[in-house]
Amino acid sequence: MSTYEKEDGSMNSTATPASTSAASDTRTSSLGDVATASAASRSRTEQPIGSGLEARNVHAWFGKYHAISDMSLDFPTGTVTALIGPSGCGKSTFLRTLNRMHEFIPGAAMAGEVLLHGKDIYAPGTDVTKVRLKIGMVFQKPNPFPSMTIGENVLAGIKLAQLKVSNKDDLMEECLERAGLWNEVKDRLNQPGGSLSGGQQQRLCIARSLAVRPEVLLMDEPCSALDPGSTLKIEETISELAKTMTIIIVTHNMQQAARVSDYTAFLLSDGGPGQIVEFAPTREIFTRPRDERTENYVTGRFG
Amino acid sequence: MVRKAKDVTIAELERPHSAPTPRTLESKPRPSDRVFRAIVGVGGFSSLTILGLIAGYLFFRGYSILRSESLSFITGYEWVSSINSDGSEGAQPSTYGVGAMLIGTLVTAVIALVIGVPVSVFAALYLTFFAPQRVKKILVTVVDLMAAFPSILFGLWGLYVLMEPGMYVAELLNKYLGWIPIFAVPVPVFLRSPFIAGLVLAVMIIPIVTAISREIFAQTPLDRIQAAYALGASKWAMIKNVAFPYSYSGVVGGAMLGLGRAMGETVAVFTVLNILYQANFKILLGAGGNLASHIILKFGEASEEEIKALMAAGFVLFLMTLAVNMIANVIVSKTGRRGR
Repeated sequence: MSTYEKEDGSMNSTATPASTSAASDTRTSSLGDVATASAASRSRTEQPIGSGLEARNVHAWFGKYHAISDMSLDFPTGTVTALIGPSGCGKSTFLRTLNRMHEFIPGAAMAGEVLLHGKDIYAPGTDVTKVRLKIGMVFQKPNPFPSMTIGENVLAGIKLAQLKVSNKDDLMEECLERAGLWNEVKDRLNQPGGSLSGGQQQRLCIARSLAVRPEVLLMDEPCSALDPGSTLKIEETISELAKTMTIIIVTHNMQQAARVSDYTAFLLSDGGPGQIVEFAPTREIFTRPRDERTENYVTGRFG
Repeated sequence: MVRKAKDVTIAELERPHSAPTPRTLESKPRPSDRVFRAIVGVGGFSSLTILGLIAGYLFFRGYSILRSESLSFITGYEWVSSINSDGSEGAQPSTYGVGAMLIGTLVTAVIALVIGVPVSVFAALYLTFFAPQRVKKILVTVVDLMAAFPSILFGLWGLYVLMEPGMYVAELLNKYLGWIPIFAVPVPVFLRSPFIAGLVLAVMIIPIVTAISREIFAQTPLDRIQAAYALGASKWAMIKNVAFPYSYSGVVGGAMLGLGRAMGETVAVFTVLNILYQANFKILLGAGGNLASHIILKFGEASEEEIKALMAAGFVLFLMTLAVNMIANVIVSKTGRRGR
């Protein structure tokens, strides 16, 4: 079962001052509006925090295999939430239910609700493509489109979703800037996306996701294929992006979770389907976890 | 730190040294490997050998005709054999030119491609990206089965079943597009035309082109498909921007294989088409033929000399098929890189 052990109010109590000081400013201002709306509906009693995205009792299956069970989490607007846990605990599966990418796997099924601004993204009559425009995704392996140039890659979403943009060059520059890649590629926008290094490719993928202006960005182990230097750059990008959007990141790297996230959820599978063991502000997870299993995991005693 | 790694590297770089010659890398193969290598080697070269033997034989047998007719064997539109099969002399002097049949071969094959390839690509797209698992299984089996279907059955079915609707379509084409020369007919008879033959050929190449295209589409890397969907792409947008660029060259290759098949098809064309020795660009007019059907038509009653001419015609067909495949290879390798 998921245990919400947040005693919050302590919004700023995150692991790294770098991500908090920057992120908290916008957070407090933008949270106000959403907070009143969703406060009543939430079971938690602490000071209300706005929710861009909420998962309610989410289950997922692959055929008969029950992969995750009864996961409920709130992802407040403008925060970074890390999902940690050993392999096979359902982190990625859970992440993929949040923008309906889960259903691409044949035999995939889910139960529960995922609410974006209070509206269920699985409701009948929902246009899945619109959902994914609002909830973007960055994958484990950098996957720029090889037939497109760097510039075209950034604007790929505009083309794919057939969006209208007044000034493509401005958008391209803005997205590359936000992804921290502009200075490195501004003179070679016409080269193929595959000509970049792995870390640059991943930031290109981030820039590409940003171009369709999502409100939430899901990141599935975005740095696991990258070297430490590139990882650091991506983490800086994440902190920067969190000023304006909600980020949910799956990571195996606990230092990374501690560095970039405001909240951390620890997921675990005890042979059965994966469940949320503990969800709390990141610092609490890493300094005084409530659950013994969390402590064992974050201290490296298992997993 | 005592030594910096960087310094060491530079020092080593500056040290003068002469580059050694590379050693040859050898390993003594085991007897079992040798035997196995010999066996698979025979298999590996068998197709090349057989192909060479056939081409060599055709060239050898047809050489005298190729030499006497020289270029007019290809450009000539007349096929007259002055010696009858019983050895008696005919009225006219012999002249052999396969030009008309070359044109017929291309015309029917191109019609087959124009009709067959779009259908195949749609079928492959449906099978890869849209069909539910169960439907897909059944359809894939059916398509594979169709690829192994004897061509005489296609021919008979084309003659007795496809002819009616085909003629109706031909009539419509002539009525509305008759001002385009290829759709014009001197008399409104649409029976046994190259168009109908092309239609039958289209049906024949659909399975192979579908099977290849499906295979290629299915190889589209999943991470790219997912990236497209994660950016809010609809299925069509994903196919257009991700699957097509990736698969383009493979589908062209499949289409070329279909073209080769359509050009070499004998029985179906022989059954459906009204084989007349003339260069017919009016595809709705019931006359024409292709090289293969011409060979089989003439072969039964051919004199010694005409058989040589038919062998030469076979050699030309062989070269033509070879050329199509080479062109296909060029297209595939030129366009292959981009989307991959």
